[in-house]
Amino acid sequence: MLRINNLVKTFDGERRRRHSHAATPEEARVFAVNDVSFNVENGQLFTLLGPSGCGKTTTLRSIAGLERPDSGTIEVGGRVLFSTNEGKKPVNVPANERGLGMVFQSYAIWPHMSVFDNVAFPLQVKRRGDRVSRKEISERVMRVLETMELANFADRQATKLSGGQQQRLALARALVIEPPLLLLDEPLSNLDAKLRESLRYELKRVQRELGITSVYVTHDQVEALALSNSIAVMRNGNIVQLGRPREIYENPNCRFVAEFIGTSNFLSGNVVSKDDDRYTVNTVDGQLVLDSAATLPIGTDVIVSVRPEAVEVSTTSRAGEVPNEWKGTVLTRAYLGDSLDHVVGLGKHELRTRGNPSTSIEPGTTVYLRMDPAKLVLVPVD
Amino acid sequence: MITASPTAPARERAMPGWLRRVATPKTLIIVVVAGLIGYLALVPLYYLIWGTFFDANGFTMGGFARAYGDPRVGGMIGNSLWFAIGAAVLSLAVGTALAYLNVRTDVPFKGLFFAASIIPLIIPGILYTIAWIFLASPDIGLLNKVIEPIFGPGFFDVFTVWGMVWVEGLHLSPIVFLLMVAAFRSMDPSLEESALMSGASRWQVFRRVTMPLTRPAIVAAVLIMVVRSLESFEVPALLGLQNGIYVFTSRIYFVLRTYPPDLAAAGALAVGLLVLAVIGVAISNLVGRSSKNYQTVTGKGFRPRPMELGKWRPVMGGAIVVYFFLTVVGPLLVLLYTSLLKFYQAPSTEAFASMSLDNYSELFHISAATTALKNSLLLGVGSATLVMALMAVGAWMVVRSRIPGRQLVDYFSFTPLVVPGLVLGLALSFVYLRSPVPIYGTIFILLIAYCTRYMPYGMRYAVTSMHQISSELEESAQVSGASWWQTFRRVLLPLLSPGLLAGWIYILVVSFRELSSSILLYSPGNEVLSILIFEQYENGQFTVLAALGVVMVLTLAVLVVIAYKLGAKVGLRQD
Repeated sequence: MLRINNLVKTFDGERRRRHSHAATPEEARVFAVNDVSFNVENGQLFTLLGPSGCGKTTTLRSIAGLERPDSGTIEVGGRVLFSTNEGKKPVNVPANERGLGMVFQSYAIWPHMSVFDNVAFPLQVKRRGDRVSRKEISERVMRVLETMELANFADRQATKLSGGQQQRLALARALVIEPPLLLLDEPLSNLDAKLRESLRYELKRVQRELGITSVYVTHDQVEALALSNSIAVMRNGNIVQLGRPREIYENPNCRFVAEFIGTSNFLSGNVVSKDDDRYTVNTVDGQLVLDSAATLPIGTDVIVSVRPEAVEVSTTSRAGEVPNEWKGTVLTRAYLGDSLDHVVGLGKHELRTRGNPSTSIEPGTTVYLRMDPAKLVLVPVD
Repeated sequence: MITASPTAPARERAMPGWLRRVATPKTLIIVVVAGLIGYLALVPLYYLIWGTFFDANGFTMGGFARAYGDPRVGGMIGNSLWFAIGAAVLSLAVGTALAYLNVRTDVPFKGLFFAASIIPLIIPGILYTIAWIFLASPDIGLLNKVIEPIFGPGFFDVFTVWGMVWVEGLHLSPIVFLLMVAAFRSMDPSLEESALMSGASRWQVFRRVTMPLTRPAIVAAVLIMVVRSLESFEVPALLGLQNGIYVFTSRIYFVLRTYPPDLAAAGALAVGLLVLAVIGVAISNLVGRSSKNYQTVTGKGFRPRPMELGKWRPVMGGAIVVYFFLTVVGPLLVLLYTSLLKFYQAPSTEAFASMSLDNYSELFHISAATTALKNSLLLGVGSATLVMALMAVGAWMVVRSRIPGRQLVDYFSFTPLVVPGLVLGLALSFVYLRSPVPIYGTIFILLIAYCTRYMPYGMRYAVTSMHQISSELEESAQVSGASWWQTFRRVLLPLLSPGLLAGWIYILVVSFRELSSSILLYSPGNEVLSILIFEQYENGQFTVLAALGVVMVLTLAVLVVIAYKLGAKVGLRQD
């Protein structure tokens, strides 16, 4: 549905040259997006996830046509929107002829129009040949307002709506032309936590019901995990990992991804033996066995990522029965309502664990930590 | 739980308790400042009304009858509106187009915008008008000389209402430009981008989203420009009087200059002008208030890629260069050119051969010139210092204190903003002609006039910087045991000083170009620079005047550069 190939976008080189006095333009090039490629299948919700400045918004705006990439191709449903392929004529369809839907972070609701007019605008500005009758505009606007549960507010001034309603209005306006592709630029980041959560499900429902292909930009990993069919984690203009939410969370392919998504303990170590998929790793705090599909030779330096919830804390030892049992002392604990964290000292390091709040152990107690080999992740050293 | 009981006040002094509580330095300072602000704002207006409606025999409408009974009054009002609206529309069209190009497109020569935007500050209206007389007078205008072979003599005539509109409109256009740049910048760019994403063409976006959203700013700008043009004195006096084209301000001046001066009739005209100005300001405030409804949630402020002009880019670039020549280079060059000549003449080989610096050296020998420069500097520094000192306390009252009636201080300090300079000059002469204190005819009456006129600017600077200081800084000083005055002097003043200094320099700069109040209040021997230029123009001493003008522009340019370095909000900042 959406195909992006080798997209490159550098920050305005000319301006940078003027200010930094760099000797050559090549040195002055700062990549906002550096050779990014991905495909989105029909009806999928694809998320670009990353910290600010990673190039996710630039990528989205390039798809929208609001930003002109330096090179690469962008194709939606077989139609080339942007291309700099050598030998062929360069293509750059203007934003207003791409026919895509977009929801902005600020919603960009036009304050001088009513709710109805905001949604009708995309239909009213269609080219003469494609323009639909006034009656049909009204029908289509009301239909989409109905879907968004805004039909009762049609005549209201757009700015009189609450934050959540403005958000739905922005979505209605993006959907009214039934675009082949919907672009969402951090649409939930301006809402408070409670509303964000409920709108997240609302958004997911609408997207799945309409089956509309979407590209979603966010820096919120929870949002990304909850909404997406697939996620691309971006860093410094590159995609570092692309996969389904579960893959990204359970098998991060580098320390950056493991750190960015959820919290994790990182233990440096060295591969000492390997039997099929079962690795044995020596760390400063002890030996670990774990399962990994990676192919790393013996002697490689690695990092083992241990999710807090993958650690079982117990006051009794089961040494010999299960692998990976370490001894430590509880340093502090924190009750979080739906879970309880212990920080356990292991001589040199500390390990954060998360478990059921019914297990609460006094600081100073000697405890045994057990880690399931299947839940430990082997991460190559960057 | 500990309950603190108030300690009984020691009764060692003879003063009654209530008096000691009230007669603190704090109350004293506040009362004096509030009193001065009220005095400066209200007394002239009171005397203006009184002097217009009352004579020796009590209430009279005689002044009104004489002023508005004149058969030419219809033409005068018509000219005033034609001139004011014309100049406002011209400045709006030019200023808005430039602002849009600068903020939203990749137009070339963006550096020139900055230079153009400070022009109203460094070329006073009187010099700007005279420069345009040198350029487009039908007899001596250089532009006419240039095109004479094609269009015949006197093609451009600056001494018409259209000429007045042209000069005033161009001089105001940088102000509109700055207002509209602020409006375009404060608008969330995603509002336009979302329209683009909806499939609207550039033109549709501009017409259906950009224009409606900036309409409040446009309406406000139009009204402010109309009011400023109505108040303008230099342009109508120098360009209009020659052909008998009167507007309110030049009519008032004319009535006062004929012998015997009819003060009541001038007052009646001034009241009429004041009413027009008040209406304009009131409407623009109303519009400003209703525009609050347009504020929306703003996003992360993604600077949008400027719109590419494509094949129009050179065209627009050319238009900007032309504008820059018309507003900046032309007037400055013609002043410089004239200042080097022995007598005013069109450029020719002889003219260039005769050039010398004689006019500049002559300036040192005209005692009036040095006096005027000294007076201008004294008045500028004096009024800037007084205003900023008063307004530092005034701003504290308005922003921080809970004193009842503090809003009045705010209103009074902004009142002079709607009083045209000429009207203020007339009102002050009403006050001090009757005053037993011998102020009329001295430089002090000018000082009072300047303090009154620039009070609103001082207040704006002081209030802005007061808002930037957290009240906790003040409270922690109090908790540490500092008295009000100690807190004010040791904590607030140092923190306010950058803002106060910026305001100080701004007032110093604008006081140099003041003409419309001074023209009615100065007395021979007490000229300031702008008055001296006006006198020399009337005496036909064009070349010396031009030299004086060049000196004045250079002085102002230095002051503006200093102000800019100190971070005062003058002109446009390129980022």
